[in-house]
Amino acid sequence: METKLYTITVFSENTVGLLNQVTIIFTRRALNIETLSVSPSALEGIHKFTITLFTTQEMVEKVVKQIDKRIDILKAYYNTDEDLVFQELAMYKLATEKVLDFGSVEYFIRKYNVRVLEISNDCTVFLKAGHYAETQALFEELSNTIGVLQFIRSGRIAITRSKVERLSDMLEARRVAQLKYEKR
Amino acid sequence: MKEKISGAHAFMQSLLEEGVDTIFGYPGGAIMPVFDALFDYHDKVNHILTRHEQGAAHAAQGYARVSGKTGICLVTSGPAATNAITGIADALLDSTPIIVISGQVGTTLLGTDAFQEIDVVGITSPITKWSYQIRYAKDIAWAVARAFYIANTGRPGPVVLDITKSAQNEMIEFNYEKCNFIRSYTPIPDVNSNQIQVAADLINEAKKPYALIGQGVILGGAEKELINFLEKGDIPAASTLLGLSALPSDFRLNKGFLGMHGNVAPNIKTNECDVLIAIGMRFDDRVTGDLTQYARQAKIIHLEIDPSEISKNVTVDAPVLGSVKDSLPLLTEKIKPATHTEWIESFDEHDKREHEVVIKKEVFRTEGELTMGEVVHKITEATNNKAVVVTDVGQNQMIAARYFKYSQTRSVVTSGGLGTMGFGIPAAIGAKIGAPERDVILFSGDGGFQMTIQELGTIMQENLGVKMVILDNRFLGMVRQWQELFFDERYSFTHMKNPDFVAIANAYNIESRLVSKREDLDAGIADMLKDDKPYVLVVEVEQKGLVYPMVPAGASVTNILLGD
Repeated sequence: METKLYTITVFSENTVGLLNQVTIIFTRRALNIETLSVSPSALEGIHKFTITLFTTQEMVEKVVKQIDKRIDILKAYYNTDEDLVFQELAMYKLATEKVLDFGSVEYFIRKYNVRVLEISNDCTVFLKAGHYAETQALFEELSNTIGVLQFIRSGRIAITRSKVERLSDMLEARRVAQLKYEKR
Repeated sequence: MKEKISGAHAFMQSLLEEGVDTIFGYPGGAIMPVFDALFDYHDKVNHILTRHEQGAAHAAQGYARVSGKTGICLVTSGPAATNAITGIADALLDSTPIIVISGQVGTTLLGTDAFQEIDVVGITSPITKWSYQIRYAKDIAWAVARAFYIANTGRPGPVVLDITKSAQNEMIEFNYEKCNFIRSYTPIPDVNSNQIQVAADLINEAKKPYALIGQGVILGGAEKELINFLEKGDIPAASTLLGLSALPSDFRLNKGFLGMHGNVAPNIKTNECDVLIAIGMRFDDRVTGDLTQYARQAKIIHLEIDPSEISKNVTVDAPVLGSVKDSLPLLTEKIKPATHTEWIESFDEHDKREHEVVIKKEVFRTEGELTMGEVVHKITEATNNKAVVVTDVGQNQMIAARYFKYSQTRSVVTSGGLGTMGFGIPAAIGAKIGAPERDVILFSGDGGFQMTIQELGTIMQENLGVKMVILDNRFLGMVRQWQELFFDERYSFTHMKNPDFVAIANAYNIESRLVSKREDLDAGIADMLKDDKPYVLVVEVEQKGLVYPMVPAGASVTNILLGD
């Protein structure tokens, strides 16, 4: 079956050990996580995981259901790139003297839309937001020209394009369910 | 202001609030405050001291399986918690509601490799429905309430509560409120009427419908609903290992036992039916064999409470989410009364063949060595098919599952998913305590019996009327069977030199008898069943018996060895 990149989004209660509960589901099936990003979501007390991996649709469906099954997981779903607006950040540390030798920062700013975060005697730090291919292209050009001392890329963050807001819908359904229970 | 009580007392009060009257446990350093509190409640709570924490966990499982109540296991930290792991994993794979409470080092010592400290939540996360560490006494009531709600709602499973010693000692005001809602947890999905309609349409068009029964029917208490459904649709049914006893053995449409050592017809018919209706079962590989050759001709309907089971192993055409207790009546309403006489009768030729080739030899032998099958058969008859049968794992388990007969639900306690040798004795202890009015018969091999043989001490101390039958073939029989059939008769480390089991039983003050001849079997069984005291019946059966029929691992369900 065809393998491609899937983005799994998970909303969870903010409880200890949740990351472990999510990652062991991948470990069991020997799936490699490409990127992982965890942060507080827009709703207080709810954390959002964005996980990317290369796998088949059949597998991603099973994995998402097994994540969703965990008690403290509110909602898990998956998307492909077409469904998403997504972004990564990358930072590049360069030797300032070599940047000066190269002669131009403007070139990188115009071509790659680079932001310069720091220039000091010791180092210069570039920041670029973009898709993997874009941050990688800058890395390769910098490596071949100025040389890169340190490089770091963040995990993917993503937002769905569709009108449906699965977390809000789920929370609303659960609120209604709770009212029903309380009446009982 | 309310009077303050210790965390340990709060813990005991919480258990009482949940109606707990039985605990299987073993004390130790980090759980001593709770055990000390337990001393004050000995008139309300029956604590069974097992001889090993694994025994406590399996006993809690046996108790839960026969009673439907949540089994409680109370142990200390470190090695006690790791000893309980096998029982926890077993309960996860077999969807058994148990709560394992482990002591933990004081909160300030967490993470320091303190004496008997181990990361219990980390270790048990993959094998529990929920695993939680209680660090402060104020969280006890909340965590216990949640634990009971999670363990025994929806698809049941094991919960671990790891409680620090400091939380047990802290003084708090105690307020208890039962949990009946967790926003991130939907135990029972609502039944969707469209899904019911799609499934009903498939069944109404079917010429050869066939139902597979799993433990979900028992867990959901839907035995009656199942019979109504099968009768209205005139649908033959067969059962997984854990689904056994959901239908009485003599029910007209009950066609027997599925899987690797199941009956011939139920396996073959899987690949002949036109609509396969899976009811509260999960298409385990021991049931399906090779998935690429499994029921490819059939439309598949799956009634299931756990969404993650849908299309996990077998791609489903018509999923019906929800509790079978809810979905079966709705489906029954939508199906037309039907008769499928010819289809149902088509099972008979295979039954006949199995009887001729396998069952006659195994159960009705008149000469030569004793077989496991005849022992099981005689005991089910002697107990009028009303007993709870507990098994260990291996040949004893498969033969017991094949030849024991059931007349009421919750009559089988066996380790299905995990296949835990050593499950038998402690699970039988729990079963007897969970169903004291019923006969509890354990069938064990000589191998598994010795894995938890120390629990004879528990049986002695509690004077539990567990009837233990050792089907002794001086081999690890199932492994030996595979060696004979698939490993060129290379019997690598499967022969066992056994102790004198009768002497061991007697040392525990348990009556026991050895039967090695056919003519002594009836008298041995009668002696065992003469009263309600514990008993060990040791039966020397043929050394090289084989369990047939057999679908070899990974083969198609129609590729059945009969040993002819």
